[in-house]
Amino acid sequence: MVGGQSASLSDTSVALSVRGLTVTLPDGMERSHAIEDVSFDLHRGQILCVIGESGSGKSVTASTVMGLLPRAIQATAGSITLEGREIIGMGREELRDLRGRVVSMIFQDPLSALNPLMTVGAQIDEAMAAHDEGTPQSRRQRAIELLTEVGLPDPALMYHQYPFRLSGGQRQRVMIAMALALEPTILIADEPTTALDVTTQAQILELIRDIQRRKGMSVMFITHDFGVVAEIADSVVVMEKGHVVERGSAAQVLNAPEHPYTKRLIAAVPHLRQDDRERAAHTDASGAPAKPLLKVRNLVKTYRSGSAFFRTQRIVPAVQDVSFDVLPGRTLGVVGESGSGKSSLGRLLIRLMEADSGQILFRDQDIAGLTEPAFRSLRPKIQMIFQDPFASLNPRNTIGRSLTVGPIAHGVPAAKAREDAKALLDLVGLDARAYGRYPHEFSGGQRQRVGIARALMFKPELLVADEAVSALDVSIQAQILELLDRIQRETGVAMIFITHDLRVASQICDEIAVMQKGRIVEFGRPSRIFFSPEADYTRELVSAIPGEQLDDKTAAAATGGRQSTQQTLQQGTQT
Amino acid sequence: MSTTDFTVTPLPRWWQNRVVRKFFGHRLALLGLVMIALLTLACIFGPYLLPYDSLYIDLRARFAPPLTGDHYFGTDPLGRDIAARLLMAGRISLLVGFFAMLLATILGTFIGVVAGYGGRVVNAVLMRLVDGFLSFPTIFMLLALAVALQPSPIMITIIIALTGWMEVARIVEAEVRSLREREFVLAGRMLGLSQAHIMIREILPNCMGPIIVAATLTVARAILLEAYISFLGFGIQPPLPSWGNMLNGAQQYLGSAPWLAIIPGAAITIAVTSFNFIGDGLRDALDVRNDNF
Repeated sequence: MVGGQSASLSDTSVALSVRGLTVTLPDGMERSHAIEDVSFDLHRGQILCVIGESGSGKSVTASTVMGLLPRAIQATAGSITLEGREIIGMGREELRDLRGRVVSMIFQDPLSALNPLMTVGAQIDEAMAAHDEGTPQSRRQRAIELLTEVGLPDPALMYHQYPFRLSGGQRQRVMIAMALALEPTILIADEPTTALDVTTQAQILELIRDIQRRKGMSVMFITHDFGVVAEIADSVVVMEKGHVVERGSAAQVLNAPEHPYTKRLIAAVPHLRQDDRERAAHTDASGAPAKPLLKVRNLVKTYRSGSAFFRTQRIVPAVQDVSFDVLPGRTLGVVGESGSGKSSLGRLLIRLMEADSGQILFRDQDIAGLTEPAFRSLRPKIQMIFQDPFASLNPRNTIGRSLTVGPIAHGVPAAKAREDAKALLDLVGLDARAYGRYPHEFSGGQRQRVGIARALMFKPELLVADEAVSALDVSIQAQILELLDRIQRETGVAMIFITHDLRVASQICDEIAVMQKGRIVEFGRPSRIFFSPEADYTRELVSAIPGEQLDDKTAAAATGGRQSTQQTLQQGTQT
Repeated sequence: MSTTDFTVTPLPRWWQNRVVRKFFGHRLALLGLVMIALLTLACIFGPYLLPYDSLYIDLRARFAPPLTGDHYFGTDPLGRDIAARLLMAGRISLLVGFFAMLLATILGTFIGVVAGYGGRVVNAVLMRLVDGFLSFPTIFMLLALAVALQPSPIMITIIIALTGWMEVARIVEAEVRSLREREFVLAGRMLGLSQAHIMIREILPNCMGPIIVAATLTVARAILLEAYISFLGFGIQPPLPSWGNMLNGAQQYLGSAPWLAIIPGAAITIAVTSFNFIGDGLRDALDVRNDNF
């Protein structure tokens, strides 16, 4: 249903209008159309969120509007009206002139979108020079203005910096400055915060909203995260498999979704749980408190790069004096931002790296000091689920081989291993026929199920899940979390769940350790950590979680926070 | 609790098909493949079909130009049939090229994998060894070895292989270094697989693309090197013919009987360029980054 279709074409309040847009894929792809009959309006001065899972066609839509489609695929039907001008069928040069001047784009990964060999200033300058804008002096001045505008510290110095010197958040600010260089009326943001930490994400969202208000720009914001939608959207378009399935105002779509797909997506968004998991008070059969399965004491790991001899050594403390216990059948969450040392900690525990000092007591045996051959017999007891389902399976091995290679190397007869593997494929919700297939035939979620099955082949006592659901779509994420929960109930395996997403952690963990710069800054039950955090850093993390006002229970707290940020924003604008 | 309806969706095995399709879409590569196939078949079966034996000396028909009677490519200063000699020489030259490639690839792959997967010290020692070998002028080393050792076809093959493995080693080392940090290799370590198992069965199959490309280009290089040292008289020794020593015999008659040089020269050119085309085609076909999609 397309509301007000004819009216909007002449309506000057519409900055970008897309009608019946269809992009055809070449033969032999999974589907015949990347997007089909997509229509929506971006109103002037509004933020329109296009949301959908991977493969929904949201990025293709953005690329089509920018005229940046790869040569192999083309828009075959429909129209795109940009500020009253039809751009489908427009010549290359004309289109190039529109890009940057009328519409510009910021990308997901600011590291690969910036040229590593050019200074920040030169890149902003280039954006203007390409459109014959201003003189070198005026461009330079404008670039510094822009760097100030996007909130970068010391803009005059920043002008001469190379991208590698900046943090992820700073790079994204530079991207935004570049996009703003020619004062476009429309900004397209393709998942601009997905690669960033929560606290940085919150800052960038605030910046985009702030700039949009100040300049009265129209923003088309592409995301897969309903939390982000709740933070910034005025109106929403929901896409599924190349089709628009629902559109409306943000409040309408978020509070009263109509399409089952939208409902499913919204239901899948993880929220902070108020209550702790039931098994929190765990005792063994006799009623006495269970003995810890794993005790970590004063673990230290420092990365050294360069050479001490040439005095070029850099020392990065990754894990500093970390201690905790894990009880059998329970889940410990390790949360923190990138660089907090949480992944290093996980790799230390399964001995993919050697600790510098400290103890890892597994069933009271110190495994930190064991040699690799001595530890080999213990490896089956401690297994890991990896982050990237696309990288963690050998593309040249069948699923069956990936599953059975470990047990066979440990002396399990091949026939027995094959039987176990098929049983586990069933347990993780995959067809037994998957056994003979190759990883590229499966989706990300399915591959992650294979990764879980592989970790379970040995009937481990401890599972370390390193960002196990971070690379997955929300709806798949929810299914995998459910699967892990079920496996824990059925097998009694203890888990260490490493994640940057506090909402996910609160779903599945019995205890949570918050890490910052290699140290555990806070440890406790999820309800206490999230609802009455003690450490400043934890408070910062919790307040940065996007879209928590969706959750009724936390509505009051979150809106309070939002209002205060808006106030500061307004103050910022006035000054 | 939402139900999970995960069934395996069978996708076409497009990856394999894509490489084949892209290779066959590469015209020069296809041409190279056809030329090499023809050349190989001719060298295998040709000598049995030709009317003259390669060693049959007919002093009455010395210096016959091409297309004289049944001497399709003419005869040489001893009246031997050039067509027959060319095909017999082709057997030697192609075999030397192929086996030199095989040896160089195996040696280079082995050193590359060990250097790439090994620790800092192993890597430093092996890669400096590679640098050392690379810093010798190839031709000089080849000639020196050929003079010092008995120049039988097998020895020539080994000598050429010894000067050609470094490139493969470098390519494989770089590839393995990037693969060893991939999660599936970490997963192998987590499962407790032995280092040899991880290197050979997990990592190596993932480097096959670059190895095949390098191997193809090595064949071309080996054929050229064999021709080079045989031309200078240090390679395959007469009466055993090779393309290189046929050129050697031809140099004093360049003015009077140019076909003596042109015909083996053309054979070398065709073989070398064909292998290079195949190598380029394979490189493009196996390179995902060149994809429009």
